[in-house]
Amino acid sequence: MTVLDRPVTMPPLATGKRAERSLRAVMFQAVLLFALLVGLLTLLVLLVDVFRDGAGRLSGDFLSSLDSRFAARAGIKPALIGTLWLMGLVAAISFPIGVGAAVYLEEFAPKNKFTSFIEVNIANLAGVPSIVYGLLGLAAFVRFMHMGRTILAGALTLVLLILPVIIVSARESLRAVPDSIRHGAVAVGATTIQAVWHHTLPSAIPGIMTGMILGLSRAIGETAPLITMGALTYVNFVPAGPLDRFTAMPIQIFNWTSRPQSAFQEVAAAGILMLLGVLLVMNALAVFLRNKYERRW
Amino acid sequence: MAVPEDAVSLTRKRSRAGESAIKAALLFCASVVLATTLGIVASLAFEAIEFFRAVPFKEFLTGSSWAPTFKPARFGVLPLVSATFVITIIGAIIAFPLGLGAAIYLSEFAGDRVRKTVKPILEILAGVPTVVLGYFALTFITPTILQTIVPGTKVFNALAAGVAVGIMIIPMVASISEDAMRAVPHSLRQGAFAMGATRRTVAAKVVVPAALSGIAAAFILALSRAIGETMIVTIAAGQIPNLSGDVREPMQTMTAYIVQVSLGDTPAGSIAYKTIFALGTTLFLITLGLNILSHRIVRRFREKYE
Repeated sequence: MTVLDRPVTMPPLATGKRAERSLRAVMFQAVLLFALLVGLLTLLVLLVDVFRDGAGRLSGDFLSSLDSRFAARAGIKPALIGTLWLMGLVAAISFPIGVGAAVYLEEFAPKNKFTSFIEVNIANLAGVPSIVYGLLGLAAFVRFMHMGRTILAGALTLVLLILPVIIVSARESLRAVPDSIRHGAVAVGATTIQAVWHHTLPSAIPGIMTGMILGLSRAIGETAPLITMGALTYVNFVPAGPLDRFTAMPIQIFNWTSRPQSAFQEVAAAGILMLLGVLLVMNALAVFLRNKYERRW
Repeated sequence: MAVPEDAVSLTRKRSRAGESAIKAALLFCASVVLATTLGIVASLAFEAIEFFRAVPFKEFLTGSSWAPTFKPARFGVLPLVSATFVITIIGAIIAFPLGLGAAIYLSEFAGDRVRKTVKPILEILAGVPTVVLGYFALTFITPTILQTIVPGTKVFNALAAGVAVGIMIIPMVASISEDAMRAVPHSLRQGAFAMGATRRTVAAKVVVPAALSGIAAAFILALSRAIGETMIVTIAAGQIPNLSGDVREPMQTMTAYIVQVSLGDTPAGSIAYKTIFALGTTLFLITLGLNILSHRIVRRFREKYE
């Protein structure tokens, strides 16, 4: 329900439309529509531009080759595998922590100063530039905890970066579950933990998954924090485990983009197509989950 | 809700074994957030203090030359800060009117079908990784658009980066301001319509003023986002510290310098290593200040109708 929804039974309301035939009124609306279209058209131009540059470079070889100093031979395999490792770890680590934090804040947290301090922190962390998380990762994981510039350190950096997103959306999903569900469970003798585990969480899980995917799609495109914590930009090996050094798709794209030979722009565009493709699939999945499993109470 | 004093609590008093451990684990998860803040502040402060042991605070803030690798090294942050602000302002000039216009259209003029089609597309634009926008700025905005209409534009220039940053923040401006406008109760619009106002008058004289605090918050959050933006400016604006203010020239922002240093090998304890933390601290403080400001504005100036 939004504020603008009107009850169906109301008589037609004044809409101000009748007096809008004057030139100024039409111009006003045209200017607004133009403002809206600029954003949409830019996206279209961007997609067409990238597609035109990069589509010719997409091939099986591109997927299965290592990076190279020669544009014709450069492939995205190390970056793709690096990104898969990163995303797997980020998902595995951020899901329990994010959902745990959301459950705590939504279901158990007492209304006190400590709780509101955590909430203020979440709001502020969401506004911290991603490159600052990179500095945190460099100082805390790479140096202080001696993880080195590994996939694990990169994943932990990204986990901290997307936690606010995941917590906020998980809280919203939990809040949307009506109290009658909780009361029903508690009334037949469940403890509050049992009520959460068997009833509230299962009801909220589609929304939580949607938020999770959106968080991951933010993480998958992040470049700056990974460069700052020290991921490699030229990698000619495929990482085999979380303690290997690595590169990721956006870093690889950045690396190709910043090479002087123009042939590498096409390689970069092909990489971008791959990245956008993965993002598109993730977003489609999020929309699908939302539409298929979301319950209205 | 008033609870009578003799009310029976629906919560079981005794919990099953191990439940307090579960609750403790949940609390631990929530505390990760606090640890993150603490970690950011501690790691930034530690190295930044080291930096200011070596470089006088005054030279950092007022020096007009940034050349940490020269001999003698110069640590005036002004060229980097000015580049950051020039690019942010260009972005704001692009995104504020376009974002606000789009928001007014979506909230006051568009039908449900248009809104339901357009909003997901704006979300896609918001989700485009910034490295992609950087590529777009370098390979399309600069050569195809700017170099034909703005003579003298270099391959790396602040203008293209600013335009791309503007494109990046349009969805944010549009979506937060639209939320603010849709929160304005319909009775206000009805009052104006009943007196014969057109939708234009209602939008400009009723809805926008009523939603002004939310719109201001959207602008400030977008500025904060633009200041912290890294990949667009690194790719499109180049790596030359430049205080000239000429937007056709390359300019290095604070974030771009951090990337430049990070791409090289930075041994811990070196002055370059400390420098990026000093810049990170500067960035963190600016964006934190802006975020707090936007929350304050929303809280203090929000018109409450219901």
